[in-house]
Amino acid sequence: MANRSTIKIRTKYFPDYTLVRTLIAHTMETGRNTAQDTKELIPAHFIQTLTFKHNDKVVSECHMGFGISKNPFFSFKIKQAKLGDKITISWKDNLGFSDTKDHIVQ
Amino acid sequence: MSFLIFILLTLSSSTVHSTPVDDSQLLRDFYQQQLPLIAFSDYADGVYAFDADSKAAWLDINQFPPYEFSLEKGKNLFKQPFANKSHYADCFPTNGIAIAQLYPYWDEEKQSIITLASAINDCRLKNRLPTLTYESDEITYLMAYMADTSRGQLINTHMPNSALPAYERGKAYFYQRRGQLNFSCASCHVDNAGKFIRSEILSPALGHTTHWPAYRLKTGKLGSLHTRFKVCNRLIRAKVHEAQSTELRELEFYLSYLSNGLPLNGPSIRK
Repeated sequence: MANRSTIKIRTKYFPDYTLVRTLIAHTMETGRNTAQDTKELIPAHFIQTLTFKHNDKVVSECHMGFGISKNPFFSFKIKQAKLGDKITISWKDNLGFSDTKDHIVQ
Repeated sequence: MSFLIFILLTLSSSTVHSTPVDDSQLLRDFYQQQLPLIAFSDYADGVYAFDADSKAAWLDINQFPPYEFSLEKGKNLFKQPFANKSHYADCFPTNGIAIAQLYPYWDEEKQSIITLASAINDCRLKNRLPTLTYESDEITYLMAYMADTSRGQLINTHMPNSALPAYERGKAYFYQRRGQLNFSCASCHVDNAGKFIRSEILSPALGHTTHWPAYRLKTGKLGSLHTRFKVCNRLIRAKVHEAQSTELRELEFYLSYLSNGLPLNGPSIRK
């Protein structure tokens, strides 16, 4: 995951809620696809847990399988979030890779 | 009598030798008559100009477009210096920023059509680097970045006299029926533009070159205009010409001339 983050986060603040949108770069291989050149099965590689935190408190945890699309997109609303609050999104996949990113609501 | 001959002459000259300007005007008038509710600028949005529901969904996806990662990669590739410390930017006017609307153009010296993709490869050759495979991810990312910097620029394809044979061949390709299904490009994109083909709406030819490369939700990646040409030819079960072949470049040149004056809005998202 080197220097570039795999997670993009954008937030939009409304008086009664905050809209959080996130796009994650991940191949999300199901394990059922064959490689075009070698004709062999591509091993399954998908995000298993996705965690959303608001000011370091877990607000949601998604347990995902291989049915989720490549480069998944999630959007959700947090009622309590105020301007300047910290949103943290992190993922961990079945091969042990992971990434995390912080974002300040603005 | 002489007046009559004059009329005959003008009639025959306008029907036999139609100029690119005439072609473009005729097609625009035809769409105007067939699809009176679609304004000229709407053609830049392709099929989304025809269906309010899919346009709303499309605008929603555009808020956080899935091609952003590819765009970022394209930007990094574009800024990365070559081994001789030169850049892609050095090969293009205005450092490669906001120039996509000038492609494709007719090169008087080479007597051929230069597309954005071939210009990128020419730049690599000039810097003693191997050319990129057309339709590869790397060249598509580069084109995505260059298209993104050109957002909102109006398509401006020049048509010098020496380019007319190439234009005519592109036009002939567009109207030539071919393949097992015996379709021409025009069968769908002129005669039946805006109508349904099963569940999908057929896009009008006007605006075909505005939004490339396009991220297809179906394939989950960015694809170029020539990739789309290939898909069209495969769907009508015709011979599939290679990307950046002379035939497809001439077709791109013809379509691009028709879309003169429309704003670029690539990279974009298509179903």
